[in-house]
Amino acid sequence: MSLFKLTLKELQGKFTAGEISAVDIARSYSLRLSQVEPKIKAYITLTPKETLLQQAKVIDDGLKAWRKTQPLMGMPLGIKDNICTEGIRTTCGSRMLENFVPPYDATVMGRLRNHQPLILGKTNLDEFAMGSSTEHSAFGPSRNPWNQKFIPGGSSGGSAAAVAADECVAALGSDTGGSIRQPAACCGVVGLKPTYGRVSRFGLVAFASSLDQIGPITKTVTDAAILLNAIAGFDPMDSTSANRDLPDFTKAVKKKDIKKLIIGVPREYFSEGLDTEVFEKVQDAIQVLQELGGTIREVTLPSTERAIATYYLIATAEASSNLARYDGVRFGFRAKESRELAEMYRSTRSQGFGPEVKRRIMLGTYALSAGYYEAYYGKAQAVRTLIQQEFDAVLQEVDLLVSPVMPTPAFQLGERLDDPLQMYLSDIYTIPASLSGLPAISVPCGLSKMGLPIGLQLMGRPFEEAMVLRAAYAYEQATDWRMKRPVIRS
Amino acid sequence: MAYEPVIGVEVHAQLQTKTKLFCGCPTSFGLPPNTQVCPTCLGLPGSLPVLNRRAVEMAVRTGLALHCEIMLTNQFSRKNYLYPDLPKGYQISQFDLPICGPGWLDISVNGESKRVRIRRAHLEEDAGKNVHDVPVEGSGVDLNRAGTPLLEIVTEPDLHSSDEVDAYLKTLHDLLVYLDVCDGNMEQGSFRCEPNVSLRPRGQEALGTKVELKNINSFRFAKEALDFEISRQTEALTEGETIRQETRLWDVQKGHTVVMRSKEEAHDYRYFPDPDLLSVRMDAEWVESLRQTIPELPAARMKRFVTEYHLPEYDAKLLTDSKNLADYFEACVKHFPHPKTVSNWVMGELLRELNTANTSPESSPVSPEQLVELLQLVEEGTISLKVARDLFPEFYASGKTPEQLVNEKGLVQVSDEGVLEKLIEEVLAQHSAQVEQYRGGKETVLGFLVGQVMKASQGKANPGKVNALLKQHLAS
Repeated sequence: MSLFKLTLKELQGKFTAGEISAVDIARSYSLRLSQVEPKIKAYITLTPKETLLQQAKVIDDGLKAWRKTQPLMGMPLGIKDNICTEGIRTTCGSRMLENFVPPYDATVMGRLRNHQPLILGKTNLDEFAMGSSTEHSAFGPSRNPWNQKFIPGGSSGGSAAAVAADECVAALGSDTGGSIRQPAACCGVVGLKPTYGRVSRFGLVAFASSLDQIGPITKTVTDAAILLNAIAGFDPMDSTSANRDLPDFTKAVKKKDIKKLIIGVPREYFSEGLDTEVFEKVQDAIQVLQELGGTIREVTLPSTERAIATYYLIATAEASSNLARYDGVRFGFRAKESRELAEMYRSTRSQGFGPEVKRRIMLGTYALSAGYYEAYYGKAQAVRTLIQQEFDAVLQEVDLLVSPVMPTPAFQLGERLDDPLQMYLSDIYTIPASLSGLPAISVPCGLSKMGLPIGLQLMGRPFEEAMVLRAAYAYEQATDWRMKRPVIRS
Repeated sequence: MAYEPVIGVEVHAQLQTKTKLFCGCPTSFGLPPNTQVCPTCLGLPGSLPVLNRRAVEMAVRTGLALHCEIMLTNQFSRKNYLYPDLPKGYQISQFDLPICGPGWLDISVNGESKRVRIRRAHLEEDAGKNVHDVPVEGSGVDLNRAGTPLLEIVTEPDLHSSDEVDAYLKTLHDLLVYLDVCDGNMEQGSFRCEPNVSLRPRGQEALGTKVELKNINSFRFAKEALDFEISRQTEALTEGETIRQETRLWDVQKGHTVVMRSKEEAHDYRYFPDPDLLSVRMDAEWVESLRQTIPELPAARMKRFVTEYHLPEYDAKLLTDSKNLADYFEACVKHFPHPKTVSNWVMGELLRELNTANTSPESSPVSPEQLVELLQLVEEGTISLKVARDLFPEFYASGKTPEQLVNEKGLVQVSDEGVLEKLIEEVLAQHSAQVEQYRGGKETVLGFLVGQVMKASQGKANPGKVNALLKQHLAS
């Protein structure tokens, strides 16, 4: 069987058993990339084949000498291009950082490098992680491997597409309002957004500081647990990092039942606007959860309808400030032929940023400006607290919440580009968990009639990723969605 | 119409932490450009700030010394604006919830005491420097200073003259140096002051339009700039003009203030709480423990030197101006309880040597114990005061003990009456004319005769004893 078809756990098993070498893995994936990448365009920067083989050889030689493995040793990974990788170009999908090579590694990269994985490259994303389709990348959109006319989701569309197309065994993405979960759902793979503070943000190029989190995008729930183990944990370099006990997440993915778990179904997530097919597949999934021993209970989260507005005020406000540093002075793009400072700032930022980024900077600046701060940013923060309190109260009655990930399956490339608000609405089910900092996962739960994947979302209490993984694993094992793989047509 | 100046002052003091406010880069001054930087203070994509605990301690200690309400929960906010010396495009500062609330500082102006109310004090990071003298076209940016911790101390508009501002600045300056939170070096920019001044008709409560003054880096410039600005505004108001709210720079060459930017285009800084930093939460016990680390403050120490040691105010002021000098003085007095004598020596001989060698008291090669040894030799009569004074420079430079030096040089004072009697007899025999004059009533001749005995003894005779013995001889 081709190595690239294996899950992370399976590949890990063969490597540790000595059945395959890192060089075997590097060769298999290089071949796969050469066949599939021209169509999927999941990557912005690829590690050259020669370099990859050299790195693989170093791993094999080291292993022969030391005979010590690490969970991710030799594992081929894709890294979203808004995570700083020392010495490797990090563009954030933007002209502004087209040639930016960070002089330092993100904390998660440092932790990964301890395992000696094979970093295949940096994956595509909506510019500065602002978008839901990867169409806002300055380097062109990625394609959904299930149907190349459709979006792979966003903003971590490149990572999700790469995993779905077997262009890496697992990937890192980032989630601010749904940017891991939504593309995972679009591409039929697993995507986990950890609790805010569970994974260090140091080295993650900031979009919205109080919302951003790095998380795994993988073929199975078990794989997500393995990758989460490698990256999670307190980081003194990140003041928002939580200093909490770190469980072994792979221990959570053993049981195939969820007896005694109470699962809440929030009625607001099943209202109008939800596509019928999605509704049906999610209902089927809830049925499975019940058969696995879960108690299903209807709950209500009345502030849900306020979530999108709240998010688009807070996230854009923080983004408008976080992106102020892109001014052409110290690094990145600088517009040529500027004769004085104000002109340099204007030209650099007009030319360096794409339209969606500019839109959000304007929105955020407005929300913070004198005379409007209280009505917009101030009010949004207050509503955010309400949303959190509602979740807290409900999660005292239930252990987990279940919902769709997206109101519809993936839509076509170009379909919503002219209507930003329509685009924003695709985040409606993922945003609330982001605002509340809760751990949330997307697992495949079906295919639409058109053959496009549909995802199921499970949300849990803060720092209870183990509970979320447990339920997701049980569901996954009771179905065979994970066996389905897209056929990549030319 | 008489106008009254109403002045408030903002001081930015650079805190003497080893590293910057939000990263581990050193805060030293004068290193090659852009060498004291890291991803965080450069504002590189993905970098994050982590608060320096020592800076918080210094801010709290300063607040306590200024009698401020310490805000146990306080918060950092982003002040957003674009400028090349501001790497992130925002400055991390404090807005709604500063670390120190209202307090006060007593100052003395022309002998009268006055209380200046402090409105608040907060922590913020410094920006880098724009450098215009570069070998290429345009300007350069040096970010070594970016991220250095500053404490911004703001007064209420309680000051009404340039003299009051001068007194306030000097008192605050000394206090910060005393607390070891700031080195107070105005030329290097460690202590920056920005007064704002408006005028109102005497008796009116409502404030006039205020003008902010910048580019003031010495106490003298502060006085000159304020004097100029007050007279500029007075003239304008007298002519019936309105004062524009603006920022003016002090131009040293021209000796007047010039407009920098108008407040009409005042920047909207869009302050909001920095989401990369959690609220600062301090507990009351910790704040109290910091209160214990505050040394006796200059004003109180000076008063105590007057009452406890009975020193004149001049001595007390000079000694307590520098915490280290005051410490040195008190260490001496502990072993040698003659404060005025110690004071004379410390202010005189010691300070002279220290200043010449550009050394501060705590680094003095002559320790308080060693100085006391010298003073004891004089007290015991082993050497005379004059000998001790003449010996001091060598004593300071040599590292030898006073006893060693005195013995080496054979400077032991001669007090033996037998020896002295002999010398006296010789001198009297040689100067019979003066003896006659003395016995004839001219008492001032005694000084001459004492001098002759001193000369005969190569200066080693004990002058007091010589004086007494001579009188005896002459009387008989």
